[in-house]
Amino acid sequence: MIARATKTVVPRKPRARRSLYLQYLVEPFAYLSPAIVLIGTVILIPLIIGISYSFQSIELLRPFNSGWVGFENYLALWTDKKFWIALENTFFWTFWSVVLQFLLGLGLALLLNTRFWGKRLFQALVFLPWAVPTFLSALTWAWLFNPVIGPLPHWLASLGILSEPDNILGDPELAIWGPILANIWFGVPFFAITLLAALQSIPGELYEAAEIDGASGWQSFCKITLPFLAPMIAITVMLRTIWIANFADLIYVMTGGGPANSTQILSTYIFTTAFRKLDFGYASTIAVALLLILLVYSGIVLWLRKKLIKI
Amino acid sequence: MSAVLRRRPAVAIAKYAALAGYLAFALFPLYWLIKIAITPDALIYTEGTQLLPSSVTFDNFAKVILQTDFMAYFGNSLYVSLGTAAVTTLVAAAAGYAFSRFDFAGKKLLIAVMLITQMFPLLMIIAPIYKIISQMGMLNSLTSLIVVYTAFNIPFATFLMQSFFDGIPKDLEEAAMMDGCSRFQALYKVVFPLTLPGLGATLGFVFTAAWSELLFALMLISKNDAMTFPVGLLTFVSKFSVDWGQMMAAGVLALVPSCLFFIFIQRYLVQGLTSGAVKG
Repeated sequence: MIARATKTVVPRKPRARRSLYLQYLVEPFAYLSPAIVLIGTVILIPLIIGISYSFQSIELLRPFNSGWVGFENYLALWTDKKFWIALENTFFWTFWSVVLQFLLGLGLALLLNTRFWGKRLFQALVFLPWAVPTFLSALTWAWLFNPVIGPLPHWLASLGILSEPDNILGDPELAIWGPILANIWFGVPFFAITLLAALQSIPGELYEAAEIDGASGWQSFCKITLPFLAPMIAITVMLRTIWIANFADLIYVMTGGGPANSTQILSTYIFTTAFRKLDFGYASTIAVALLLILLVYSGIVLWLRKKLIKI
Repeated sequence: MSAVLRRRPAVAIAKYAALAGYLAFALFPLYWLIKIAITPDALIYTEGTQLLPSSVTFDNFAKVILQTDFMAYFGNSLYVSLGTAAVTTLVAAAAGYAFSRFDFAGKKLLIAVMLITQMFPLLMIIAPIYKIISQMGMLNSLTSLIVVYTAFNIPFATFLMQSFFDGIPKDLEEAAMMDGCSRFQALYKVVFPLTLPGLGATLGFVFTAAWSELLFALMLISKNDAMTFPVGLLTFVSKFSVDWGQMMAAGVLALVPSCLFFIFIQRYLVQGLTSGAVKG
C-alpha cells in the first residue's frame, strides 16, 4: 500500500506544475469550445450578416434594386412615422408588461416562501403558464377576448367596466392591454421562480434577529428582503425587459399590430417589414435600432446594479 | 411566519384569498382551452360564454389523432425538443463548469457576448440563417432545427448551469483530486451526482423552449412531413376553414409533454437558482 502511494505521488510533482499552465490557459476553453463554436456560427456570423443588411437594399419584390446604400435606410427610419409610433408602443408594452409581471411575480414568490397546505401542488400549477407554447397562449387569449364567443367582454360588461361587450382587441385605445394581459399571464411564473430562488437563499437567522430587535414585518421586508433580492431583481428585470421588447409572437397572433398600428411594436414591425413586404434591408435597420436601444438600456441597468449593490 | 398567522386570522384569510386568485388566474385560460376542445362543434358558438358546456365530446381528439398528420408533427416535435434539450444541456454543462471553476483570460468578454446574444431581435438573423442553411442544402431537416435551437438556448442554459455549479462547494472536488482522482474523475464521481437536479432543470427548461418555438420552424421547414407541432397547428388555422374544436384539441394534446416536464422540473429550477442566485 505504502509503496504504491509513493509511486503515484513522486512522478506527479513535475506534471502538476506543467498542468497548472494548461489548466488556466487551455482547459476552460476545452469545456467552452462547443458553446463558442455553436454561438459563433449560428448567432454571431448571421448577426454580422444581418447588420450588413441594414446598409443594403434587399427587397425581394424589387430584385434589381439591390446593393449597398450606405445610411439610406437609417435616414428613411428617421422620417418614418410608423417607426416612431412603434417605438412608443414598444415602451408602453414593455414597461407595463415588466412592471406588472414583476409585482405579481414578487407577490407570488413571497407567498410561496411561506408555509401552507398543498404548497407543492400549488407551485406546480401556478408555474404552468410558462410551459404553454406562446402561439397557443396567444390563440387562447384571443379567444377569451373575442366579443362573440369569449367570456371576458361579457364579464367585464356585466361588472360595469365595459358599457357593452365590445371587441377590446379592436379598440385602438385598449387593444394593447389584451396582449399585455396575456404576457403577464405567461411571464409571472418566470419572475416568481427566480425571485423565489433568491428568497430561499436569504439566511433565516436574519429574520429571527430582526424579530428579536422588534422590527415589524414591513421593516424586515424593506431592510432584509429587498436588499437581498436586489441583485436578482436587477438581472431578471433586465433579461425580461429585453425578451419582452423583442417578443413579437403574442401581439402578432392576437392583433397583428392593428387596429391602426395601435399595437404595432418594433419587433412586429420588423416581422411585417421582412416577411410581408419582403424588405430585408429596412427590417434589419429597424432591428439594429432596437438592438442599440436595448444595449444602452442594459448598460444603464448593469451600471446601476454595480453602483447600488456594492454599498 | 405561521405564528404570525395564528395570531392574526385576517392575514391568513387574505393570504389564502391571494393564493386562490393566483391559481384561478393561472388555470383559467388552460381550463378554457380544454373546455373548447371538449365542447361539441354545434355548441361552440351558442354556448361560447358559459362556464360549463351542456354536453361533452371527445370527437375532436379522435379526429385530430386519427385523421390528421398531428401524430407525425408530434413525433417531429418530440425528436427536435429532446435532441435540443440533450445537446444543449451537455454543451451548457461544460461551459457552465468552465465559468464556475476557472478564472481565465477572456471570461468577461465571453459572458458579455452571451448576454448580447440575448439582446437582439431574432428576426434580424432569420434571413441570414435561412440563406446559410439553404446554401448548405439543410432546409426541411430536423437536424438543422436542433443545431439552431441548441445555439440559441446555450447562453441561458449556461448561466443556469453555472449557478448550479456555483452552489457545489469547490472543496468537494479538490478533496477528491487530493485523494488521487483526475479532474474528470472528480467531475464524474463527485460533482455529477450533485448536479443531477441542475441537469434536470436545464433539460426541462430547454425542452419547453424548443417545444414551443415557432419562428425558425416556420422559416426552415416547409415540407409537411418535417413540420413540428406549432407549425402544424398553424396549418390548422390556414389550411382548413379554421376548425376551432380540433385545433384546441391539438393544442391540449401538445400541452401534455411540456406541462408534464415542467411540473417535474420546476422544483429543481428553484433549487438550482437558489444556490447561485445572490452571488456576483
